[in-house]
Amino acid sequence: MDLFEYQAKQLFRKYGVPTALGDVATTPEEARAVAERLGGTTVVKAQVKTGGRGKAGGVKIAKTPADAAELAGQILGMDIKGHTVNRVLVDPGAQIESEYYASFLLDRSNRTFLAMASAEGGMEIEQLAVERPEALARVPVDALAGVDLAKAQEIAAAARFAPDVAPQVADILVTLWQAFVGADATLVEVNPLARLADGSVAALDGKVTLDDNANFRQPDNASYVDVESTDPLERRAKEKHLNYVKLDGSVGIIGNGAGLVMSTLDVVAYAGERHGGVKPANFLDIGGGASAEVMANGLEIILSDPSVRSVFVNVFGGITACDAVANGIVSAFELLRQRGDTVDKPLVVRLDGNNAELGRRILTDAALPGVEQVDTMDDAADRAAELAGAA
Amino acid sequence: MSIFLNEHSKVIVQGMTGAEGTRHTTRMLASGTNIVGGVNPRKAGEKADFDGRSIPVFGTVREAIYDTGADVSVVFVPARFTRDAVIEAIDASIPLCVVITEGIPVHDTAAFWAHARGGPTRIVGPNCPGLISPGKSNAGIIPADITKPGPIGLVSKSGTLTYQMMYELRDIGFSTAIGIGGDPIIGTTHIDAIEAFDADPGTAAMVMIGEIGGDAEERAADYISAHVTKPVVGYVAGFTAPEGKTMGHAGAIVSGSSGTAQAKQVALEAAGVKVGKTPSETARLMRELLA
Repeated sequence: MDLFEYQAKQLFRKYGVPTALGDVATTPEEARAVAERLGGTTVVKAQVKTGGRGKAGGVKIAKTPADAAELAGQILGMDIKGHTVNRVLVDPGAQIESEYYASFLLDRSNRTFLAMASAEGGMEIEQLAVERPEALARVPVDALAGVDLAKAQEIAAAARFAPDVAPQVADILVTLWQAFVGADATLVEVNPLARLADGSVAALDGKVTLDDNANFRQPDNASYVDVESTDPLERRAKEKHLNYVKLDGSVGIIGNGAGLVMSTLDVVAYAGERHGGVKPANFLDIGGGASAEVMANGLEIILSDPSVRSVFVNVFGGITACDAVANGIVSAFELLRQRGDTVDKPLVVRLDGNNAELGRRILTDAALPGVEQVDTMDDAADRAAELAGAA
Repeated sequence: MSIFLNEHSKVIVQGMTGAEGTRHTTRMLASGTNIVGGVNPRKAGEKADFDGRSIPVFGTVREAIYDTGADVSVVFVPARFTRDAVIEAIDASIPLCVVITEGIPVHDTAAFWAHARGGPTRIVGPNCPGLISPGKSNAGIIPADITKPGPIGLVSKSGTLTYQMMYELRDIGFSTAIGIGGDPIIGTTHIDAIEAFDADPGTAAMVMIGEIGGDAEERAADYISAHVTKPVVGYVAGFTAPEGKTMGHAGAIVSGSSGTAQAKQVALEAAGVKVGKTPSETARLMRELLA
């Protein structure tokens, strides 16, 4: 889960990373009030979880509170790369002398953590990595040893920070690491880290990605969920603990196991090329268990998606045998009927693996309306795509 | 023959007496796995019954190894306790530790991986179905009755795609099928399994299944072109996955232009790996290869 800049900087502040942080506003009037409280020049910044907002006109300097209100009015509601700006951060203006870069991240390839730092900032880090790789220090961090002051000094030295700021940067790196570990983050990035006119060094922007697997021990994570920007179907799916991702096609997909469902999306997209270019409408992994209730919840979400024209249920019976899955589908239809939902879209079901014969017979005997069975994944995908294409 | 797991493997189960542990210990026993003990500090000294089979419960992994000579541990303990359980197994120098548990914070996995690095313990997983050497032993949750012993080695990030591929090629059979898991950090990689299959006289050819995210498949491709003598068939899931969305597995995410299925396919094909467009086509490629 990615955080907004203001949330990232609140997190930094909690762990003692020096940060220039004002307050968020959702209306021009609120922005004016924040600017009045801060006094002097302020910066009004769109809060969106994507890069390039400066170029898009989402960051402006305000000389007065009235300016801040006017600029907030322009920025609020803007669309930046498909992200609607629902709030702005009004920060105190800073007189920047030098810009730097610092981050800690998960390094999947090396199965450890990585510190990246540069004494040259003010540039997109991807660009710096390509154009001046020698200016970007990459220092592996052992997950058990972590970052103490000595390690932080090693990182600052590798990034060739000038002697007058290196001690401050090292102190900041220690606190930034504490934020990284303390919040179970997979990325904490400060760009720019800046030296200000008064000689202090502070985080002027922040990017943080948190590990959803750590939600059980990170009680703050629930408050970070950006409800208003989440797709309504994804939001409902999440409430029902379903692993669902909304996509832009018309074939609803239900399967068991993340890999099999990803594969199902691909196979449906290939089949769709033969049927007018229809595509999968979603990713939905109901997992190994696949009880009737989970199946019913999954079907309910998918059937309520107005862009869905057909549904493909692709199950390989492993731990959960196909007869249990078939009974789950039958009960799901009954549950949906009790909830007052009608299944008005065609369902193609493919059951394979453990007890597949028995499962298929259960579905045949149940004769559910609109349900047809196809024995292989490829043929079933083709049929589901055909039904969506014809609808 | 097989890799990592064979008919002599003596298996203990950490978290054997929990719901998942009980369910899958029963299944592993039914498929012929030699389970010699379980670990639960609160039930040390007790016996657990599985359909009439009585299995001793030990307080620690070290005691279990001392008493039984166990060389494999399968971990079912809940995510919040997994880090400590795996570190305990590593400290007891268990040769193979199979971590089935899903939903483990990546900081915990990074910690137990760092702890294991350079030591005698091979970790498989986490968030994986484990491994099976059909007819010999089954350490994890892979259904034992899909297929029989045979010449194909299978390594996969995905559980159900492992089952699907075993099913597609069930008449030919497998030396070992290993699900390495879809988390950002895993213990045993595609490369580790491919290296072992290449050295295993019982394996004639390999299937490797990958998915979006990270660069493990690209690294495996480099390894294959430099070192592997046996034929490899590949499959990659997630060609239609959108950028920036996590697709079920915590590690399955396309970030910017990295981690795409396309890039993985290109890398594998450049290494001489035949890559199927679908699971069924991948199975067909393997059949042609063994014909």
